[in-house]
Amino acid sequence: MKMLSKKATCKSHGQDSSYFLGWQEYEKNPFDPIRNQSGIIQMGLAENQLSFDLLESWIARNQEISGFKKTGGSIFRELALFQDYHGLPAFKKELVEYMSEIRQNKVKFDPNKVVLTAGATSANETLMFCLAEPGEAFLIPTPYYPGFDRDLKWRTGVEIIPVHCHSSNDFRITASSLEEAYKQAQNLHLKVKGIFITNPSNPLGTTFTLNELNLIINFAINENIHIVNDEIYTGTVFDSPRFVGIIEALKIRKFDPKRASIWSRVHVVSSLSKDLGLPGFRIGMIYSNNDTLIAAATKMSSFGLISSQSQFLLSKILADKKFIRNYVKENRRRLKNRHKMLVSGLKKVGIPCLKSNSGLFCWVDMRSLLKSDTFEAEMNLWREMIGEYLLNVSPGSSCHCVEPGWFRVCFANMAKETLEIAVGRIQALVNSRALQLMIN
Amino acid sequence: MAIEIGLSKVAESETHGENSPYFAGWKAYDEDPYDELCNPSGVIQMGLAENQVSFDLLEQYLETHTESPTIGRSKASGFRENALFQDYHGLKSFRKAMASFMEEIRGGRAKFNPDRVVLTAGATAASELLTFILADPGDALLVPTPYYPGFDRDLRWRTGVNIVPVSCDSSNNFEITPQALESAYNEAVSKNIKVKGVFITNPSNPLGATIKRRILEQILEFVSRKNMHLVSDEIYSGSAFSSDEFVSIAEVLESRNYKDTERVHIVYSLSKDLGLPGFRVGSIYSYNDKVVLTARRMSSFTLISSQTQQLLAPMLSDKKFTEHYVKTNRERLKRRHEMIISGLKNAGIECLKGNAGLFCWMNLRPFLEEDTKEQELELWDLILHEVKLNISPGSSCHCSEPGWFRVCFANISEQTLDVALGRIKDFVEIRKGRKRNNGFCSK
Repeated sequence: MKMLSKKATCKSHGQDSSYFLGWQEYEKNPFDPIRNQSGIIQMGLAENQLSFDLLESWIARNQEISGFKKTGGSIFRELALFQDYHGLPAFKKELVEYMSEIRQNKVKFDPNKVVLTAGATSANETLMFCLAEPGEAFLIPTPYYPGFDRDLKWRTGVEIIPVHCHSSNDFRITASSLEEAYKQAQNLHLKVKGIFITNPSNPLGTTFTLNELNLIINFAINENIHIVNDEIYTGTVFDSPRFVGIIEALKIRKFDPKRASIWSRVHVVSSLSKDLGLPGFRIGMIYSNNDTLIAAATKMSSFGLISSQSQFLLSKILADKKFIRNYVKENRRRLKNRHKMLVSGLKKVGIPCLKSNSGLFCWVDMRSLLKSDTFEAEMNLWREMIGEYLLNVSPGSSCHCVEPGWFRVCFANMAKETLEIAVGRIQALVNSRALQLMIN
Repeated sequence: MAIEIGLSKVAESETHGENSPYFAGWKAYDEDPYDELCNPSGVIQMGLAENQVSFDLLEQYLETHTESPTIGRSKASGFRENALFQDYHGLKSFRKAMASFMEEIRGGRAKFNPDRVVLTAGATAASELLTFILADPGDALLVPTPYYPGFDRDLRWRTGVNIVPVSCDSSNNFEITPQALESAYNEAVSKNIKVKGVFITNPSNPLGATIKRRILEQILEFVSRKNMHLVSDEIYSGSAFSSDEFVSIAEVLESRNYKDTERVHIVYSLSKDLGLPGFRVGSIYSYNDKVVLTARRMSSFTLISSQTQQLLAPMLSDKKFTEHYVKTNRERLKRRHEMIISGLKNAGIECLKGNAGLFCWMNLRPFLEEDTKEQELELWDLILHEVKLNISPGSSCHCSEPGWFRVCFANISEQTLDVALGRIKDFVEIRKGRKRNNGFCSK
């Protein structure tokens, strides 16, 4: 074999993590309600499959759009040639209005400050390329989405320094945890360029409090660093407390966008993959007030542009305001019900979940099922769940959680009946554990 | 107050290359675009290598096959599955379709295994991705000049990899020679730069000519001897005017029974042959398992929209359609090429003998006052602002000889091409007239 680059031969692609290994196990024996009832149920994939019927009926009512029709002819040629990295203007306009809509219109976004990217995966990596040199670091609260190990570090050479959060305060960020992480970076001689948060949180399913956001803003001002906010789950908030994003938090503080330098260091990432359930179409974006960043990121987006075909379709769907308003409302309701189903099902057998109001998953406390308070025991439990109870859930260690025993369990990527079966399997596991204890 | 924290070096650098005249010309066009009716004195865009000659064939296909491409029509679950599909292996049917389309273009003279196809959002992404995989920051790729200006960004910007040019000139029709390869290699070595591979574009952009089989064999021999990689960007393979004129590196490998292939990788895209740059459909075909595996994982950053994959899979799998399309597209490009060549000849301008691509390599050396890059850029500026044609100066393609220009012919209508040729003829006449009137040469 010929010599490949270090990037090609290293493990930074992150695919050896249990997060991805669990998916592989699922692929070998996937549950099917009719054909394979003894297969593994996939609860490790944060997809939203609850509201497709709404999108499908919209598509059925607007056939001509899929066929590239417009008044007076076809838009095919125009779209086929359109590769301007500034994006389809109609799409950007609708996208920012949608972004506002899911923030209860508390914030207005300027389409000129948007960079379109092929998914949030691409947006996050692009931001790292723009904000940090290889070897520099970003602080990230744990637990965090396993994909970040690849997305933020692999090709960029950027380092991640975890900001450890604990169950003792519901995994909230504190001033001391931020300082500790910063010190850790200094000890490792790593220059910190920014802090990266996911709000609403993956895997916690919670939204940041205003207090937390202010802590982060103050920290970023004091240390003169960037704040990157992955707000991909904004459209999945189904309960109180209300979601406050970083831009709104800055507005509340009344920082003058024209004078306060913090405005040029705050960058938001979003996507239509989670709330609209369209990960296949690769629709992501970066939003920032920093003109230099927008200019650089726009040029970089050449490496991951959104198909003009998909931009066109989404510009039409998002322009149907009545549809979108109804969709958002109904989607929220369905997520809330699913969430309730999982939480109450687990509660019945004494398994608590972190109190959450968003996301497509619950952060489940299975510490009582561990044979010992160790990650080894967590891995054993995970293997038991896959091998014997046929459930793929994501172990907290794959999300860099510092406390063993927590698992991310998805609830929106399957049919209701499948979720019922899955809950039943977890209940069976708990009951069998209890039985074992009694016998012993 | 703390000093304002900046962005990364990559973000602040100019390596994206967008300040080159290649892009400045586009700007001038955007500000004053030619339109037959509304702006007949506007700038004609001849700097954009787009293929607009065969859209009617695509549109016709989509019209008559409305069930498959339209989502949500056939099955209720069709849309759902498609919208959820983000597997970096890509839609199997689409990968198979790409492999079979690539075979069609090569007249079946090479076989492509769909499992070796990695999908990316355009060839831009494919080229960068391969560079990330084959080279470390500071390493180099040898690239024959003149080359596509976008490579300065695609191969170097975020990867930190260097391009060492392999100089080609008109003395032998810009063919790549073993001596030129050796010379570039030695130059890199003398600077302590590790060369990881050779990156060729075949058919060539901007030359508009295919690379001869004999030369491909020499390049293969060179990379084998030096134990490095070979990337062949074959994005214009379907734009060769006749099927037999184009020899793919895959054919050379096939004729050698696929020995020593792990160093060879092919880039392809539908942007040129099918004229669909907006849909972002690119691919890497590699004979190296580790490269395929790594490229797949990296393609997460640049997946093709599943909606687009589903739209195009049936069309590319339709052998009757692809055979007809490829043949017709070739014929139309050939006709366009003949039109521009004869028009230029009529104006007293020669071009490099071309047999592929969406452009020709025009020789304006006789028009230069001096054999310098500055003179070339002056001439380019004159042509842009007075003749109102945006063409690409050879220097933006790193050509070592001043005076060559790339002129695109497939992105405009025949009428527009006619107008452009008329303007060129007038320009040449005026220059001749000026020289005569001046009574002496300013050389």
